[in-house]
Amino acid sequence: MISANLSAIFYLISGVLFILALRGLSSPETSRQGNLFGILGMIIAITVTFLSIGNFSTGFIFVLLFILLGGSIGAFIAYRIPMTAMPELVAGFHSLVGLAAVFVAISAFLNPEAFNLGTKGNIKLGSLIEMSIGAAVGAITFSGSIIAFLKLQGIMSGSPIVFKGQHPLNAIILISIVVLIYLLCASQSSNLFWILLAVSFLIGFLLIIPIGGADMPVVISMLNSYSGWAAAGIGFTLENTALIITGALVGSSGAILSYIMCKGMNRSFFNVILGGFGATDSNSGSANKEQRPVKSGNADDAAFLMKNASSVIIVPGYGMAVAQAQHALREMVDTLKKNDIKVSYAIHPVAGRMPGHMNVLLAEANVPYDEVFELEEINNDFANADVAFVIGANDVTNPVAKTDPQSPIYGMPVLDVEKCKSVLFVKRSLSPGYAGIDNDLFYKENTLMLFADAKKMTEDITKNL
Amino acid sequence: MEIDPLIFRLSIFILSIFVGYYVVWSVTPSLHTPLMSVTNAISSVIIVGAIIAGLSGNSNSIFNTSSIFGFLAIALAAINIFGGFLVTQRMLAMYKKKKKDK
Repeated sequence: MISANLSAIFYLISGVLFILALRGLSSPETSRQGNLFGILGMIIAITVTFLSIGNFSTGFIFVLLFILLGGSIGAFIAYRIPMTAMPELVAGFHSLVGLAAVFVAISAFLNPEAFNLGTKGNIKLGSLIEMSIGAAVGAITFSGSIIAFLKLQGIMSGSPIVFKGQHPLNAIILISIVVLIYLLCASQSSNLFWILLAVSFLIGFLLIIPIGGADMPVVISMLNSYSGWAAAGIGFTLENTALIITGALVGSSGAILSYIMCKGMNRSFFNVILGGFGATDSNSGSANKEQRPVKSGNADDAAFLMKNASSVIIVPGYGMAVAQAQHALREMVDTLKKNDIKVSYAIHPVAGRMPGHMNVLLAEANVPYDEVFELEEINNDFANADVAFVIGANDVTNPVAKTDPQSPIYGMPVLDVEKCKSVLFVKRSLSPGYAGIDNDLFYKENTLMLFADAKKMTEDITKNL
Repeated sequence: MEIDPLIFRLSIFILSIFVGYYVVWSVTPSLHTPLMSVTNAISSVIIVGAIIAGLSGNSNSIFNTSSIFGFLAIALAAINIFGGFLVTQRMLAMYKKKKKDK
């Protein structure tokens, strides 16, 4: 058994290692080392916990058993999961953090002596407040992430679920959570604790159902943030520095990502959270939908255009992930490069279903990361490029965002694809994108539509090159 | 008058938020997905609470309601720790630079 002071110092060290783990992600070269720092920090935290309890009884064996059980499930998932399913995986993981926080809080509430928080029915006020906040946020994270997971997995429809009185209902529930925490602290009643948990599960569910599929980058980031705040709440209860530091890091990380995602869509955070986007705006798009002529082509035409180009910019989107076209795409690019054509990739901040989704898929297909550029880095290059190859993206290329103040996506930063000499647009049909509006790019003089499955079309083009 | 230890914890918390703020802004956007999976893994340091909860039973009865919740939380957090770090490792291994000879 080691002293409380010594273990506190070790917890601090593991907190610092976690900071270094995030710091490493500032560049791909240092990132792998950063991950090792994170693992080291975790090992220190767990070891110190064992040493500070110093109870190596039979219970200890069960602890190891459950770590082993969870660990092998986790490792199995980590090795088997396809990269296209990363958003679902992360949502699923968030739900587990939330539920773990809830369980720890329940355990501390039922047996406060073990945590040094007073006695049952007479828990220290501060600890009880921290515990109930941790439990409530954890519960919201859990049920919210489950819904996000179901929507991403396609088990639940990705379209927003809205009903009358939704916002007032949510507001009442949120207020009741605050009231419940107050009453719980005043009475120490375990019934109130269970009600608090139930209500928190409910609000997590209600908060996420009105949010549509393409807003998932914001939702996932937000839940990431919540899981951090839940951990911090439990950290305060347990007076554990490692947990407090980590909770704060994760909480602010998720908040920043949500902010970046909202900015990428030019929408306010509340606008996304209050939801219903796409469901309400779709009629404005279809109202003025006259049949306009488009030029469509086949793989042969596309190959001809690209063969005669000297520079090509690829614009991937969620459709590429759905069609699993990243490997076929890279093969096409390899062939282009053999013909001395300069190829780069342009990634919009909200392309895909989570932050950085496209980058991971391209990395998986062995695309070097220094050929992949963010919107600000590459947007000026479209004017000098010969061909833009849009694969699975739509709204993020729509020039309407720059020209039409009436459009729901007006003001959203978009890739200046239309400035290219010619645009190749791989898409299954002319249907509008997620925002429910027509893309002007389809009807431009220099646009050639390639109606096909992204993967099949890319393979066909490669054959024709 | 003595300062409540809570204030110290609160100070650590607030300062860590600021550290997190600056560190996360320096993360390159192409690594935002690994960032999410690694924050997932490290927030599962909540396992330390779960271990305390799991070992809260006395020697006569390892399992009581409180410790059972502890054990469940251990398993959940362990899924996240192993899954989170390993999947991050797997992703980061894929980020490669352009070959020099080309």
